[in-house]
Amino acid sequence: MSHNSTFRSLQLSGLEPLIVTPDSNFINIGERTNVTGSRKFARLIREESYDEALAIARDQVEGGAQILDVNMDEGMIDGEAAMTTFLNLIAAEPDIARIPLMIDSSKWSIIEAGLKVVQGKSVVNSISMKEGEAEFIRQAKLIRRYGAATVVMAFDENGQADSYERRIEICERAYRILVNEVHFPPEDIIFDPNIFPVATGMEEHRRNALDFFEATRWIRENLPGAHVSGGVSNVSFSFRGNNTVREAMHSAFLYHGIQAGMDMGIVNPTMLEVYDSIPKDLLDHVEDVLLDRREDATERLLDFAEAFKGKNKVTEASVQLWREESLEQRLKHALVKGITDFIEEDTEAARVKLGSPLLVIEGPLMDGMNVVGDLFGSGKMFLPQVVKSARVMKRAVAYLTPYLEEEKAGSTGTGAGTVLLATVKGDVHDIGKNIVSVVLACNGYNVIDLGVMVPKEKILDEAVRVGADIIGLSGLITPSLEEMIDVAEEMKRRGMTTPVLIGGATTSRVHTAVKLAPRSDSPIVHVNDASRAVPVAAQLISTSRREVFTQEINADYAKVREQYARDRAAKKMMPLATARSKAPEYEFTEIAVPRKLGVHTVDSVPISTLRSYIDWSPFFSSWGLAGQYPRILKDKVVGEEAEKLFVDAQRVLDLLEKDAEGIEAKAVYGLFPALRSADETVTLYDPESSEEPLGSFEFLRQQIVQQNGLQQSLADFIAPSSAAPIDYIGCFAVSIHGVDAIAKIHEVAGDDYEAILVKAIGDRLAEALAEWLHRDVRMNAWGYAQDEGLSNEELIRERYQGIRPAPGYPACPDHLDKQLIWELLEAEQTIGSQLTESLAMTPASSVSGYYFAHPESRYLGIGLISEDQLQDLAKRRNISRDSAARWLASNLHTS
Amino acid sequence: MATKSSEQIPLDLSQFPTAESADQRTAALHEAASQRILVLDGAMGTMIQRHRLGEEDFRGAQLKSHDRPLKGNNDLLSMTQPEVIRGIHLAYLEAGADIVETNTFSSTTIAQGDYGLEHLAYEMNRASAAIAREAADALSTPDRMRFVAGALGPTNKTASLSPDVNNPGYRAVTFDELAEAYEEQTLGLMAGGADIILIETVFDTLNAKAALFAAETAFDRVGWRLPIMISGTITDASGRTLSGQTTEAFLISMSHVPLFSIGLNCALGAEQLTPYLEVLGTRSPFGVSAYPNAGLPNEMGEYDQGPEAMAQAIEPFLERGWVNVIGGCCGTTPDHIGAIARMANRYAPRPFRPNALPS
Repeated sequence: MSHNSTFRSLQLSGLEPLIVTPDSNFINIGERTNVTGSRKFARLIREESYDEALAIARDQVEGGAQILDVNMDEGMIDGEAAMTTFLNLIAAEPDIARIPLMIDSSKWSIIEAGLKVVQGKSVVNSISMKEGEAEFIRQAKLIRRYGAATVVMAFDENGQADSYERRIEICERAYRILVNEVHFPPEDIIFDPNIFPVATGMEEHRRNALDFFEATRWIRENLPGAHVSGGVSNVSFSFRGNNTVREAMHSAFLYHGIQAGMDMGIVNPTMLEVYDSIPKDLLDHVEDVLLDRREDATERLLDFAEAFKGKNKVTEASVQLWREESLEQRLKHALVKGITDFIEEDTEAARVKLGSPLLVIEGPLMDGMNVVGDLFGSGKMFLPQVVKSARVMKRAVAYLTPYLEEEKAGSTGTGAGTVLLATVKGDVHDIGKNIVSVVLACNGYNVIDLGVMVPKEKILDEAVRVGADIIGLSGLITPSLEEMIDVAEEMKRRGMTTPVLIGGATTSRVHTAVKLAPRSDSPIVHVNDASRAVPVAAQLISTSRREVFTQEINADYAKVREQYARDRAAKKMMPLATARSKAPEYEFTEIAVPRKLGVHTVDSVPISTLRSYIDWSPFFSSWGLAGQYPRILKDKVVGEEAEKLFVDAQRVLDLLEKDAEGIEAKAVYGLFPALRSADETVTLYDPESSEEPLGSFEFLRQQIVQQNGLQQSLADFIAPSSAAPIDYIGCFAVSIHGVDAIAKIHEVAGDDYEAILVKAIGDRLAEALAEWLHRDVRMNAWGYAQDEGLSNEELIRERYQGIRPAPGYPACPDHLDKQLIWELLEAEQTIGSQLTESLAMTPASSVSGYYFAHPESRYLGIGLISEDQLQDLAKRRNISRDSAARWLASNLHTS
Repeated sequence: MATKSSEQIPLDLSQFPTAESADQRTAALHEAASQRILVLDGAMGTMIQRHRLGEEDFRGAQLKSHDRPLKGNNDLLSMTQPEVIRGIHLAYLEAGADIVETNTFSSTTIAQGDYGLEHLAYEMNRASAAIAREAADALSTPDRMRFVAGALGPTNKTASLSPDVNNPGYRAVTFDELAEAYEEQTLGLMAGGADIILIETVFDTLNAKAALFAAETAFDRVGWRLPIMISGTITDASGRTLSGQTTEAFLISMSHVPLFSIGLNCALGAEQLTPYLEVLGTRSPFGVSAYPNAGLPNEMGEYDQGPEAMAQAIEPFLERGWVNVIGGCCGTTPDHIGAIARMANRYAPRPFRPNALPS
């Protein structure tokens, strides 16, 4: 509890906390808001262009900086005023102010000015014993009083430490003064033991990096609680102009620094190569220098570095070759291959050459995208690649936008037409819609995406306002089908005839044909995958083809309706009373009594735990790649793209796993005494007093005549009071939080591929969490399967006792029980998950359901129900027949 | 050091309690806190309203000819109507409060500026502390000491928010101005005999940091220190302070001083406060306090949660072992505090260990 107890974590704050524990990964300090390091930032501050200066800060935060370094040390700038103004402006930007600040100056007065305007716990960078102990102590005491941590430079009255011995001597002395005299918490001390250049040719610089590493190791071992940081770019000073070598050097330096215990640092992420991707020979030469491994290390690296001089990156020869081709070819190559590295440079060249930004878009860029569209249409490119191409296109258009505005050229739309997309009211799922959005944009459509949970009035108002040529409606949960009907009817009421595209997991050609098309005067077309969106949209917009296409669709849908009517008529339904008499009767002789009744919350399940529970096949299918994992990775047609997608997914998972702040897996479940109190009703009781009913789950029963003679309901798996004194049922809800925020960052950055990838992974993690939780409940809380040792594959194939069906799915198509689940589990409070009016769960990456433990329990499909059961359910739920019909629209036999 | 003007405040240390007596009272407070949940009093404003005081009452004999209206300047009553304030303190102490808050929520030069009474700020604090001291002493027994918390309010200005939407870099008050005002207030409260410095209703953490800075500076000048309580305000269901911090970020931003306690008050009723108090209850290295409003205001702006209902709403905090100090804010009365005290009596406090004092 007290400050002088064992060492706590370094705790910093902006609007949100940053806690540095021994398990934390390297803390990245954003360094672009530093006038000494960034000429652009210095110019903006001198010109008082604070909006642009703030944009740099925002880029740093969005780029992953966990602390923002701000430095105003420049002769032409009033440092105190600039520091005060800039930090005050940051305070007004919550997306920047959420991370802690590093107040960086060599002048104490500027540091103090900064400390007086930050509400969070920031870091001072830096103080030292340069001007003697007395001043050092005075400043340290004040920092403490202002409530900040501090960087301490290895610098004393005799100068800057430049050897291992001087580094440890100064750091040890500073530590003792701070801890013993100033009572500075050791965990708030961050040493900067000086990163100096290597390979300078000077004999005395040979050990500069090595001494830093060794001093770092010594500090972490001997000065408990203290941290080590440094400015990494210094080390490569001798190789200015040779970024390939510099980037390799930075990564190798960080690699060894982190191993030695360096736990934070000022690093320019764009000047960093991935350690594992540094070519082996280059890495050897660099490490020879850093670790002072050979006498001639410097000469050898200098010679070796000549080879890379002037080159931007170490790249394969083939990749270099395409840079030699014509400008148009280069743009096409970048678009088809999804390479963003040179796109701005090439776009600029094209703009200069063609003399107009619009011509660049309509010319080479659209030509490139047409190639992408053709390849995609002919099955030679796959969705993940198309989305990457779109990222390149977006970057190019973003680059041209200011010029376009200058030209007052207006919209960047290129005449293909305007498509308005929305996920309907009550639904939060948008992965599929986002993919369609990207694919359409790639093909020259001006796409206006209204996002999720969009009311019909807004969809239609906006469609009129922007003059949409097509409206696209998306939805994943079954109530969204009803919402789409409302949209169609409202369009008819308003006399709108804009063509409509329908898409999303629960939508179908049959539903569109039967329920939507007859209610509307617009052409309404179901589009089952993103690749069909383009040809369908093209035909709907084309004045010449529209009529023929619409007639074809109408004819097709008329057939679907006839077939549907025949199928329905052919379905042998039995009255509910008869179905009930054919209910299976299970034994209830050995009821598994849960060890832990009541509601239990599981906070923050590590992503690392969930990874092995992921069922990958649906992930590939969400990207339009069909096949079972892991076989799909070796598939002749889609294997290569599946493999790439899988590698990217693993990369995202690695990031999510490291960034524990960003993403959180929360779960809650409850196990309750329960009895089947009527044919399809299961009543739950208070675990404390089994007399007290908590509410009832209302299930449905199959009415389509089943071949085995049994008309099933989930309720059958729970004992009636005639069979056992008490039985048990469970329910659960899990959510992955933070996915949308991460996706949003990518969306804002124009990177739809990453955004969709993250969301798709979020969905997989939610399912994995549900699977993990179910296993944990079976083995522990319910405890009937204590010795279960199933592999992930066996889990996916559901080779275990007990099921976890979800409301809204075939075994229990009625969503309404979610309300009781939410109430029982207090899911809003316990896991921060909410239900929309259509009972979709937010965040979208959420799963909920029931637990049944009966050894015979199996998933089943209810299929169609008759009017008698609909009315019975309405009565049981105490809602109107029409309201029940709306919730179960897809399951009604008569419609 | 930083607050250059601080030396301007004259300081006669002979008017202050001695270091020994302050240390003894601190030890008694720590002892009490380790044994039981301490009960803080309830609303001052609600009780003052019951007296239906007019402009003349507020002015008293001293400020008959002051050039601005003074009605509504509740803190001034410690000087002009001391009996009213003393009576309210006694009512809360009799109801079971262990700690009474001084009537000084707005007794800074900054907040008194609205009334043109900056020059009385120091004396207002001293007088308020002395009245509370007298009342607490009157009801103290050797077995059960009662304590005075000298209250530092947020002032009516914010150091990290701009009041001008078109000029987000503008600030109506600076850290130095706040620190100067708070230092004077702390000195007045110490002189009058406060046992605790309570920085409360914090809606801008930077204001509170200035108050902490000022308190430490005042302690240095007087030569002894008092335990410090911090109480923040989560303004709505966003779960953040007005200045945008999460509860945990707020805790971290206040942790550079060895606090007696950190907690939450005002803006919300006990139920709405629960998730945020849980953060402090489970993460704070210091003691934890809570004094919510009597529910949420009704459509008339009145608080109508009754004493028993409020005590029940608070019970989960006690059950889960989250708090060391419990009390009430807007809308609470001695009846509320009585009910809360009876409830608190049934539960053990959050484990409490006094923090080491920096030398």
